[in-house]
This record gives sequence, structure tokens and C-alpha cells, in this order.
Amino acid sequence: MEFKTFVFYFFSAILVFAGLRVITSRNPVHAALFLVLAFFSASGVWMLLQAEFLAIALILIYVGAVMVLFLFVVMMLDINLDRLREGFWSYLPLGSIIALLMVAEMALILGGNYLGLLESSVPQASAEASNVKAIGRLIFTQYVYPFELASVILLVGIVAAVALTQRGKRKNKSVNPSQQVFVKAADRLRVLQMPAEKRD
Amino acid sequence: MMVDALQVFLQGLFGSVFPLVWVLLKIVLIIAPLLLCVAYLTFWERKVIGWMQVRIGPNRVGPWGLIQPIADGVKLLLKEVLIPTGSDKSVFLIAPMFAFAPALAAWAVVPFNDTLVLANVNASLLYIMSVTSIGVYGIILAGWASNSKYAFLGGMRSAAQMISYEISMGLALVVVLMVSNSLNLGDIVHSQGKGIFADYGLGFLSWNWLPLLPMFAVYLVSIVAETNRAPFDMAEGESEIVGFHCEYSGMAFAVFFLAEYANMILVSTLTSLLFLGGWLSPVGFLPDGLLWLFVKIAAVLFFFLWIRATFPRYRYDQIMRLGWKVFIPLCLIWLVVVGCWMMSPLNIWK
Repeated sequence: MEFKTFVFYFFSAILVFAGLRVITSRNPVHAALFLVLAFFSASGVWMLLQAEFLAIALILIYVGAVMVLFLFVVMMLDINLDRLREGFWSYLPLGSIIALLMVAEMALILGGNYLGLLESSVPQASAEASNVKAIGRLIFTQYVYPFELASVILLVGIVAAVALTQRGKRKNKSVNPSQQVFVKAADRLRVLQMPAEKRD
Repeated sequence: MMVDALQVFLQGLFGSVFPLVWVLLKIVLIIAPLLLCVAYLTFWERKVIGWMQVRIGPNRVGPWGLIQPIADGVKLLLKEVLIPTGSDKSVFLIAPMFAFAPALAAWAVVPFNDTLVLANVNASLLYIMSVTSIGVYGIILAGWASNSKYAFLGGMRSAAQMISYEISMGLALVVVLMVSNSLNLGDIVHSQGKGIFADYGLGFLSWNWLPLLPMFAVYLVSIVAETNRAPFDMAEGESEIVGFHCEYSGMAFAVFFLAEYANMILVSTLTSLLFLGGWLSPVGFLPDGLLWLFVKIAAVLFFFLWIRATFPRYRYDQIMRLGWKVFIPLCLIWLVVVGCWMMSPLNIWK
């Protein structure tokens, strides 16, 4: 067996195991951590495909930022497992239909080569050319409108999140830092000159 | 050459697994001095702060106190590692490793001069950014697994701080990438060796710190906040606030400590490479070399210690305000300014 194949199966085995643990782990924080492991292994597999930019971006964005915020939320929630399991049997039919649909979709894509759906084969990137440069050039030339559109959608998401959490003016006694930085000693402190007095 | 002789000898000894052995040897050659530097950085810090406060600093163990870090290490090794009741034991023990491992893994792509680099990859800066962004897990997991509200809140606080400053750091780096037109740290250093001043033999005026001065300032402050150092040390403001590692003891605590100092050395190296010309010599008549890189790293590290002894601690809301409302807008504006500059006839980075 070639070494590359071994590495691929190694990462894939960890990926599948971590994916299984994400849905079977009883502790939600552990589940989130297994999801991190799954991202890591997936990034390893992408690295094998020489998609270095995607692999690093996966770790930078999903592991470094998204999952951290995810963990924040999961850690602070008081999750009651018994209540989560209550409606398991009633939701099962709907869940299995969705699962079957997803499996069918994945089969169409993964089996695309056999079914003749994909016209071109997967483009082979040369190891020498910089992945990042190629992606950057494509984003700002061929795909510039979808790219700008995506950024506008993200901006809308940010505005929406701020609007949802904004509850009018703050009623607490917090200080205003932009005024605070302009404070001078003379505003807070008055030095009095007092002549010394003689004791009777 | 001795290195070649060693290479030939090892090749004969190990045969087909030789490349693996060779890489492992290089890793040891990077990690071992790094750990020694970490140990003596703690000593240097105590000495410098002592002098700045008109004290002597540690001077009891060995000549001039030089054995002090070893003594500290042995003390911490011999102490018991307490695991709080009701804590998540496995996560509790993994957390320090999560904090420390990225600080070491990032060194894989750090170049020391033109040829001396473990892995010369194209996207080395991107790799460093992604690897160092994992360090934040150590902090949140330590806070959560301790089963203590103080540690949990401390972990949240430090993690939020690190994520916020990662953004301003990243934006400052984007500007550096724009002017150097590469993600490879070696190429970034090389791009700083060209320019009008470099032609006159005044190389240090061609380095990125001068044309990108606002970004250099933002980056310098951000790395201090990113490594949780004073005056932004919300993680361990002993006198007023409880940090994420308050339930850790012995070596488990020491690993967090090592991670902090290893991260300091790493970000100092990055600052030297990205803004201060790496191994390039500041003036034309002196040769470039490894020594210059070490001098620059030491200078940035001294800056860390200096501001720790100089500035009072920031309040938490002030830290967050500085990151989000001052640095990020500043970076975004400067990004556009540099973009316009590069498109104008005044472009100096051709």
C-alpha cells in the first residue's frame, strides 16, 4: 500500500469515528469537540488533494472561529438530555426521510463519474502553482458578483444579529469610554491652596 | 562540511527511513532551544522587571540566579496535579496540551534565513494564523472542565479577548500580504530588502514597519493582547480578577505558563519577519544573517517585558473597545489607503 493511501485511510477513519461520536456522545461539549476533530481530519484529507488553501481555511474559520463560538453557546446552555429525547419516535419518520434524501444527493454527486453526470474530471492542480493566488484571482474576476453578493448577505446577517440583541438604550450605569478618555486630572481633582494656620 | 558528513552517516545508518529521522532531528533542533529560551525568558522577565522597579530580581540560585528557571521547573514537576471534583477529567488534562501544542507546531514553517526552514510551504503565513487560532481552545476548555464558575468566566473572558484581537491582527497582516504579494514568510522578508532606502544602504528604512507604521503599531499592541500579557492580562490579573487556570496546579499549570511564553517568542519572531526585515541587515555594509533575526526577536521580547513593568492594567471593557472600535476600523481604512497607494504612480512596492 502506498504511503499516501495509508494517510488517506488514517484521516478518513478518524473522520468517520469523530463524525459518529458527534451524534452519539451524551455530553454536548464532547460532541462539539469531536466535531472539531472531524474538521481537522477533513482538512488533512483536503491537504492530500493539494487543496492547501481550503484545508487551512477550514481550520482557520471553522475550527478557529466558528467552533469556538459554538462551544461558548453549548457550554452556557443547560441542556437536559431527557427532554431532548422525548419526541424521538414521533420525529423519526421525518428525520429518516431527510436522511434518505441526503444520502441520495450524496450518491448522485459521489457516483457522478459512474453515472456520467460529470462531464469533466476533477481538475488537477499542479503542486508548484500557488493555490491561494489561483483562488484569489478567480474570486475577483470570474466570480466577483457571487462573491460580493455573499459578503452582502454576511453583512445583512451581522446587522440582523445586532438588531435582534439591541434592546433600546442601556439602563445600567456603564461609563462612556469615548468621553472617559478625554478626562483630565483637573476635571476630577481640585487642588486647594490653604495658608498654614497658627495653633491657639 | 560537518552537516553533510552527518547526513551521509545517518543515511547509511537508517536507509529508507532516513528522511523521517532527518526531519525529526530538525524538529528537535528547533524545539529544544525554544524550550530553553522559554525557561530563560521567565528569568529575564523577572530580572528586567526587578531592575525597572529598582530591585535585584532572582539572584539566589546559582551564579547571578541563573539556575532559577531550572529550580522553578523542578519545583513545578514535583508538585501534585490536583483535579477538582466534578470536573471533566479528560478535557481538564487535554486543555493545557491544546494551549501549548499550537505554539510549537507553528514553528514548522518559520524561516530562520534563506535556507534554514523546516517546511518551506507557499501558504506559510496562512498556516501560522490557522495553527495559532487553535490555542484559544486550551483556554475555553480549561475554564469549562474545571467545574468552577470563576474559571469558566475567566475562560470566556480570555477567549473573547483572543478572538477579538485575532481579527485586528489578521487585518494588519492582510496589508503586509498586499505589499509583499506573497504568503510565504521567506518571500515576505525578501520583499523588504528592496526599495529606495535599501539602495542607499539604509535597509532598515525599507522594512515594512515604516511604510506600514499604523499597521505595525496595531500589530504590536494586538500581539500583546493576543498572548494575554500585561497590560491586557485579563487571564491572570492576580490582584483583582480570577483567570481560567485557577483550578490548575503543578505541571498542568506550568504548561499554560510555558504556552504563554512560547507564544510570546512566536509572535515576536513573526513581528521580526513581517515588519522588521527578518534576517536582513539594517545597514548595507554589514552582512545579513541569523544573528540579526535573533537580535530583533530579543528586542520585541524586551518590549513585552518593558510595557509589563510600565503600564497599569486595562479594564476589560476598555480592552474590547480598543480592539473592536479602534483597531479594526483603523485597519480597514489603512487597507483601502494602501490599496489606493499601490494603484497610484507613487507605488513603492514594485
